Amino acid sequence: MKLIECSNLKIGYNNRVLNTLSFTINSGDFICIIGNNGTGKSTLIKTLLKLTPSLGGKILFDIELKKSSIGYLTQDLQVNESFPATVYEIVLSGCIGKMGAKIFYTKKEKELVNKYLEYLEIAHLKNKPFKGLSGGEQQKTLIARALCSTDKLLFLDEPLQGLDMKAALSFYEMLKKINKEENVTIILITHNVDIAMPYVNKILYLGHDESLMCSPEEYRHSNYASQYVGGHDHA
Amino acid sequence: MLNIMTYITDIIKYMKVPLIVGLLLSITAAMLGVVLVVKQYSMIGDGLSHVGFGSTAVALAVGTQPLYIAIPVVVIAAYVLIRIGENKKTHTDAAIGLISSSALAIGFLAGNLSDGFSSDINSYMFGSITTATVSELSYILPFSLIIIIVFIFSYNRIFAVSFDENFAKASGMNTRLYNIILALSTAIVIVIGIKVMGTLLISSLIIFPALTSMRIFHNFKKVVISSVIISVVSFLIAFFLFSRYSSAASIVLVNLVFYILAAIFAFLRKKLAK
Repeated sequence: MKLIECSNLKIGYNNRVLNTLSFTINSGDFICIIGNNGTGKSTLIKTLLKLTPSLGGKILFDIELKKSSIGYLTQDLQVNESFPATVYEIVLSGCIGKMGAKIFYTKKEKELVNKYLEYLEIAHLKNKPFKGLSGGEQQKTLIARALCSTDKLLFLDEPLQGLDMKAALSFYEMLKKINKEENVTIILITHNVDIAMPYVNKILYLGHDESLMCSPEEYRHSNYASQYVGGHDHA
Repeated sequence: MLNIMTYITDIIKYMKVPLIVGLLLSITAAMLGVVLVVKQYSMIGDGLSHVGFGSTAVALAVGTQPLYIAIPVVVIAAYVLIRIGENKKTHTDAAIGLISSSALAIGFLAGNLSDGFSSDINSYMFGSITTATVSELSYILPFSLIIIIVFIFSYNRIFAVSFDENFAKASGMNTRLYNIILALSTAIVIVIGIKVMGTLLISSLIIFPALTSMRIFHNFKKVVISSVIISVVSFLIAFFLFSRYSSAASIVLVNLVFYILAAIFAFLRKKLAK
């Protein structure tokens, strides 16, 4: 089933087109977006989320896909350093799209929060202030929030920032589980293709001149794999 | 002891209306203050108070009820400033400076031309809670209750938008609607607040309780609740103990004392934790 279909979609900002793309995202996909800096990876996600206007072309969404079933992890969160909020409060705010007309969170949402806090091994930080956490812990908190906000589609913009290798691998295992067991479509931007490769079923390569969507095997045998150096020098 | 009791009951008896007006303002200003401070919009409150002064003066000059002009003008100014704050963070302070000094100038000229308030300009600058009337209470009460109820009912959404507006938008929330509600509530609190606190001191009522609470707590809900408590307690202390002096100035100073105490507490806690 097609979830999102883009044809000749022009992405960019301030009327400067960064890339023109055509691709299809199917339900159940686990897609990794790669490409050098300035090819519009983050802008693509923002355009699909309608946070940035598209500069031309078409995006078709499945009618069933509601905004409240989409999760998003941004790369450039600008939180006021003195914002008073605990890990629990922030993760719970991920359920905001699911509230509908309700006024307060119910037991169901609170259980979801606890589940993902356990998943990411940050349950012990639940009542700690966000601003006092390390970079990796903050990142895990935001991932947990993104997980709480989705049941169909999850966009992750460089989710591995601040995580070490071990945490990165267990993170991919977890994403695989969510992708397979809960049938959540995942679209992720990363600079480290090598770790992502065994988990994803498609790769969307954004180049300066042309872009390509293919399977990991096809990608490995393509010219892009040798041109794109990002995957080999980042940890 | 008996003297103090009769003194307090006398104040309550003769100053019932100012007391209720002050309490309502303390609660609403503290609640909104937390949101404005965490969004780094505190100076917007200050700018808006000048716009409130300017539009009130113009209303008096043309001889209409001040609120008919002040509320819509301040709402528009609030919305414009919050929108500027969203887009170009760097220009907000300049925009506030521009708007507040222009509003002050317009208000002062309007007053001069009509000779409308030159006699009691003091009360517009520094407030005069003791002159609050029942007819003023009759609009302050419903406005305040609406703001309190809206705040409680949309608490979770307010948190989500304040913490990360893009995420809230991606989750399907109408974030612009919340910014409009925030602008509207701030504008109303400021226009009401000018009566009690005056143009120059109203923003302290918005900023102080939030800053004091943020020194003590790191949990958003606790910060909101304690802000309201600190604000109400400060008001009551100033109202009962210093009623013979300027009530607005006393409220600011009591708030300042609480802030200093909270800052000392935070400092000691940090030292002890090491």
